[in-house]
Amino acid sequence: MPSIIPYLWLIPALPILAAGIIALLKQRHRALAATLAISSIAASLILSLCAFAQTLAHPAIATYNFPWLQFGDQWLSLGWMLDPLTAIMLVMVTFVGLLIFIYSIGYMAHDENFTRFFCFLALFAGAMLGVLISNSLLLLFMCWEIVGLTSYLLIGFWYANPRAAAAAKKAFLTTRIGDLGLLVGMVWLYAQSGTLLFYNHGAGCLESSSLSALTTHTTILGLTISSAIAILIFCGAAGKSGQFPLHVWLPDAMEGPTPVSALIHAATMVAAGVFLIARCYPLFAAGASHTIALEVVTWTGAITALLGALIAVAQYDIKRILAYSTISQLGYMMIGLGIGGPSVGIFHLITHAFFKALLFLGAGSLIHGCSGEQDIRRMGGLGKHMPITFAAYTAGMLALCGFPLFSGFWSKDAILHAAHLWSISQAPFYIGAFAALLTAFYMTRQLYYVFAGHLRHPAIHHTTPHDPRHDLHLEPLAENPVHHPPHAPHESPAVMTIPLVILAAFAVFLGLIGTPAWPWFQSFLEGTSPSFSFAAFHEPGLLPLMLTSSLIVFLGLGLGWLLYGRKPILTADSPDPLATNAPRTFNLLTNAFHIDALYAATLLRLNAALSRLSAWLDQYLWNGIVQLISTTVIALAWIDNFLDAGILNTTFDSGCDSVSHTGDRLALIQTGRIQTYLRALSLALIALVILLLWGMKA
Amino acid sequence: MSSLQNYLLLSALLFAIGLAGALTRRNAILVLIGIELMLNAANLNFIAFWRFGPHPEALTGIMFTLFTIAVAAAEAAVGLAIILAAYRHHRTTDLDQMDSLKH
Repeated sequence: MPSIIPYLWLIPALPILAAGIIALLKQRHRALAATLAISSIAASLILSLCAFAQTLAHPAIATYNFPWLQFGDQWLSLGWMLDPLTAIMLVMVTFVGLLIFIYSIGYMAHDENFTRFFCFLALFAGAMLGVLISNSLLLLFMCWEIVGLTSYLLIGFWYANPRAAAAAKKAFLTTRIGDLGLLVGMVWLYAQSGTLLFYNHGAGCLESSSLSALTTHTTILGLTISSAIAILIFCGAAGKSGQFPLHVWLPDAMEGPTPVSALIHAATMVAAGVFLIARCYPLFAAGASHTIALEVVTWTGAITALLGALIAVAQYDIKRILAYSTISQLGYMMIGLGIGGPSVGIFHLITHAFFKALLFLGAGSLIHGCSGEQDIRRMGGLGKHMPITFAAYTAGMLALCGFPLFSGFWSKDAILHAAHLWSISQAPFYIGAFAALLTAFYMTRQLYYVFAGHLRHPAIHHTTPHDPRHDLHLEPLAENPVHHPPHAPHESPAVMTIPLVILAAFAVFLGLIGTPAWPWFQSFLEGTSPSFSFAAFHEPGLLPLMLTSSLIVFLGLGLGWLLYGRKPILTADSPDPLATNAPRTFNLLTNAFHIDALYAATLLRLNAALSRLSAWLDQYLWNGIVQLISTTVIALAWIDNFLDAGILNTTFDSGCDSVSHTGDRLALIQTGRIQTYLRALSLALIALVILLLWGMKA
Repeated sequence: MSSLQNYLLLSALLFAIGLAGALTRRNAILVLIGIELMLNAANLNFIAFWRFGPHPEALTGIMFTLFTIAVAAAEAAVGLAIILAAYRHHRTTDLDQMDSLKH
């Protein structure tokens, strides 16, 4: 079998090429645009599967580097690489991407900017695949920024809606803050190691010779240089992956179309931060067994996991619940990376990508079926109307909760198991367990709100005499301006439900590739051969832990049933049972701990004050200097003008005038009559004759 | 008063009349006639100087005059043709109205 390494670049290049072609198409070429995008990602999927097959046979890291740019006497090299991590991520991204592309045909069917949507989507897919195959931090950073750009474009896809435009801006700026750290870390790494290639036959920055040089020196606070650079890189990852305190953009990003939320803000792009840490894991883990960089990752992840889960409990927007859930799960992945290493974190990333994409696409199907309604208080009873979506959504929900034997159970359990064995602190374990409880609770709450009981939509069933939106200050109705006026809920078309069913199958069974009895996934990533034995379950502490985490899940589900399932929710404006029991806590959670308000009160006000200061400087100081210079120039110009107009011009003009007058008079002689000329000639002749005669006489 | 002087006076008179006609008449044909008169005055001079000159047997005066008459005939033909063309163009033979030399 010929090696795929030299052709690996085709995987990201095909979708980018498709995006370029679609960008040139007219708005009405909808079918062509969708075909191009879907066939390009399908081709990438096939290539990714080839690459995957090759890593199965040869799991070693394979690279392809080439010099790109010369400055001074140095060459900056770029390159791509293939290792198990890349291969598995490639397959995941192209597969989930393909399903979501297909789903988008149905979801965006009524949108007039269908072609633009697929252009951005294909560009995103290409850039994301570029992130995955990069063998150079610089190339990765370039693709990373394109990914950020497409995220911005797609969040603001319905840019006419001011909230979408603001959310796009917020997402872009917040992630830029993190990317600044990544950029500084990258420059520092280059200054220290002289290369940005990850692997280069022993000379790359993630290889032992470079790492040992980085760990021997320490910088401020006793950090080794490798840890300091790793923390800076983690800043970029935290921005992209919505880690506290940079998580604020992710819930707002739900203003984008739901397939975008599924693909970018749940399955792939937000996981890019986790991937970046897994890619640079040798740098994070260089030197000691527990480095400060990994501790930072772990604690940030733990805080984020808890925070996201807490806030998700008290949200009403179906997509915002899922967004906070994503934040929480990304925190989980960070815990997994920080404590258990890449295999644990990436396993959860992969399972999460499938079940969260499923949940988002399911939510999209619900929103589509309910004519754009996103508020779970105005849903209800949808299980009857949309059975396929209901079944798929429940599978995704159970996988997310970590219900035993579902995929999320195995991956979450691996993280909890690693956290339990962590020698530094038990806190991440307890935080993780509590977040798991909350996850089961808020997903049960959402499920009862959406599917149980009867429909509470005021526009469809006029059960209330007045519009409850005025009383409750609900969010405006429509997410999507092209959705039509409300009609009875209906099941989505097959183009949307079939991806749901496929994803649901993966959400249920994918975990089986990484169970303790047969840890194929972990072995694949670590390059060891897997062994199948049930003896692994007898490892001390493992079985009790699994029982505990199952109990926690059941506890969460039971709590959810107790509060929301026992008594059906009757109307859209009946208060949340949790809100009646603990109104102040609930309010705090609904407002997401007022973090947005805190940022608005501190950072944004500081920013506004600084901008006012620069406006003032601009208006008075710089403007004054500019005004002074311009006044001087104007004065000089006046003097110049006087000299020119008053002296030079007058002299010259009078000369011109006299020449012109003379010409005017002389022109009178030129009559054009030949006889006049002849008369003058004759007179001259006569005068000449008289003169001659006169001379002869004298 | 010798007869040469009489001829010269006659030819000067003829020339002056021709010149006056050429310079003052407005009709182009009359101007042409004036020019013919001036030519004939010159012819008369040729004849007179030859007849009363030192070598009346050499026939030079007659030669000059015959040439001049031939040239004058050609000139009259060309002149009339020009006048005809000008007339067709301007619909007049009035020289005062033909002032396109000015432009």
